[in-house]
Amino acid sequence: MTTTTPVSPRSLRWARRRQSFTRSWNAYRSQRTGMIGLFLLAAIVILALAAPILVDESQLSVTQATGGRMEPPSAGFPLGTDEVGRSILALTLWGARLSLLIGLTATVVAILVGTAIGVTAGHIGGWYGWIALRFSDWFMVLPSLVVAIALLAVLGRSMSTTILVIAMVSWSGTTRLVRAQTLTVQARPYLERAKALGAGHWHQMTKHILPNVLPLVLASATLLVPSAILMESSLAWLGLGDPNVVSWGSILNRASSNGAVSAHAWWYLLPPGLAILLVVLAFMMCGRALEAVFNPRLRGEQS
Amino acid sequence: MSSEARSSNEEPSSGSAPSSAAPVRGEKSLTARDLRVEFGLPGGRVARAVDGVDLDVAPGEIVALAGESGCGKTTLARTLLGLERSTGGTVAFGGEPLRYSTKALKAYRRQVQLVLQDPSGALNPRHTVYDAVAEGLRIHGITDDEPGRVADALSRAGLRPPEQFFLAYPHELSGGQRQRVVIAGALVLRPSILIADEPVASLDASVRGEILALLLRLKEEQGLGALVITHDLGLAWSIADRIAIMYLGRIVEQGPVEQVLTAPRHPYTRALVSVLPGAPALKEAVPEPIVLAGELPDASRIPGGCRFRPRCQEVAAGRAAEVLHRCESEDLEILGPESAPHLVACHLDRARREDARDGGARMAV
Repeated sequence: MTTTTPVSPRSLRWARRRQSFTRSWNAYRSQRTGMIGLFLLAAIVILALAAPILVDESQLSVTQATGGRMEPPSAGFPLGTDEVGRSILALTLWGARLSLLIGLTATVVAILVGTAIGVTAGHIGGWYGWIALRFSDWFMVLPSLVVAIALLAVLGRSMSTTILVIAMVSWSGTTRLVRAQTLTVQARPYLERAKALGAGHWHQMTKHILPNVLPLVLASATLLVPSAILMESSLAWLGLGDPNVVSWGSILNRASSNGAVSAHAWWYLLPPGLAILLVVLAFMMCGRALEAVFNPRLRGEQS
Repeated sequence: MSSEARSSNEEPSSGSAPSSAAPVRGEKSLTARDLRVEFGLPGGRVARAVDGVDLDVAPGEIVALAGESGCGKTTLARTLLGLERSTGGTVAFGGEPLRYSTKALKAYRRQVQLVLQDPSGALNPRHTVYDAVAEGLRIHGITDDEPGRVADALSRAGLRPPEQFFLAYPHELSGGQRQRVVIAGALVLRPSILIADEPVASLDASVRGEILALLLRLKEEQGLGALVITHDLGLAWSIADRIAIMYLGRIVEQGPVEQVLTAPRHPYTRALVSVLPGAPALKEAVPEPIVLAGELPDASRIPGGCRFRPRCQEVAAGRAAEVLHRCESEDLEILGPESAPHLVACHLDRARREDARDGGARMAV
């Protein structure tokens, strides 16, 4: 017994949550790659959020472009210009907003769908669980890029369809993971006790299973974001992105279709390419570190 | 064997003498009749985990269910709780057969509650003691005076003052305290029967006595009935009023605990009693240790005739020669709980009793 004087349950619950957060944070902090990833990610997010302050939106306009055609880096244009004379730096900064936005929302949608199906498939089981599992297997074996291209061709090119399509091809992994974890939690005696107390499916899932599954979901979400960003860039590079907005993939698409490679305009290709690399790397580093924090089996390997 | 729970072994009748809360049969008692639970196994085999069990538990009495691991005790308990569906026979509470609709089961759960073996696993590590105990109330939508009810349940389970434990997490408590929390979580719904599956098996010897004494006190003071599942006859001797010995899915001997354990009649019970460590009153019944041959058979291959025959020491020693044909071919009937106080499912025992009665009659003539 550590508590001697009872405080209000609510304040104590918050204190406990803070405590467990501090514990996880300390475990996270001890991993250098995780910290590097976090700093990198923070820098990228701050730059993306600050893009409208740093660079005026008018600089993205094709008609108001001030530079010459594919100028190499200079004082006025630190990263050179594109084929219509827009600053590559401005394009890359603004592109970060869209790439991150699509990556994050697609991940959130995929995680929500994946978790809901995974928990119910694991908990309810039976024929429903079987069908849900086969359904997710089916999505898992589909070649995601081909399916995404086909879907975008049918549904039309816009930001919301891009998000939807990316979510559709990436939820099944989460379902697998969540279902496996649900089955593990399901076997714990406290679920037997809850059942004997008269708990229904909803109570068991929300009070016992979900809280035990969420940390792993968080870690897997962090690993899903970079693949969503990569998928978005690939689709945009193939010319399937929203034509009205700038993303890293669409910059690369314009670069290659306007002969940046044969013109040796490395400043046109490298910034968006490196940006994709950095973001993916940052998310991967954070995700691996989170996974190690929340998955005790991996934690053992770290130390 | 817990000496705290029962004052002395020399007076076996003292602990089980009808207490202030004598068993009240009928209204709120849990009854199983010809209960069967079968599991399909790969290859089309069927495991008969529970193979015809009649059992009664009434408020105000503690019934022990004893037997080897794998004999179907836990399946029987889960079936009595409605966590497992029976494939034959009935479970009834207060004469009403148990129905498996969500609503009927929920109502049933307020009357019959479970205490699990391992209290560390039975409590969600993310929930405080208060949350764990209040869980039953929340599930059943009992919202009036939640803190009061939780405090009451905790103090009835012997955690006093209850407020001090409200905000503790399971990992901060000792094993005994955790088991009390589990018991409080069951008591908060004010059930009339507790089903405890090996309630002290995972606890330290020093706290076993406490938990057993708690069960006894709940019986005496509040008229709670309990079915205590155990593989430890010493424990059954300490707290139970009646005992049922289970072998391979069926009860082979049942009756008042001091009759069954001081004068065991079934060869299986005799073997179990004979190897009990340090219980002088029980040692007299079977002085020589009997070690059973072989393993408990697979529940999918229950031997025909008497199911205990392949391991029976009487058969092995040739003492059952006169009834051997019956042991080999005749299945024994299911022991009814009501007809007689001490029942044994054994052909040899039956033959000997008949001989004794005939002999007695001849002598009287």
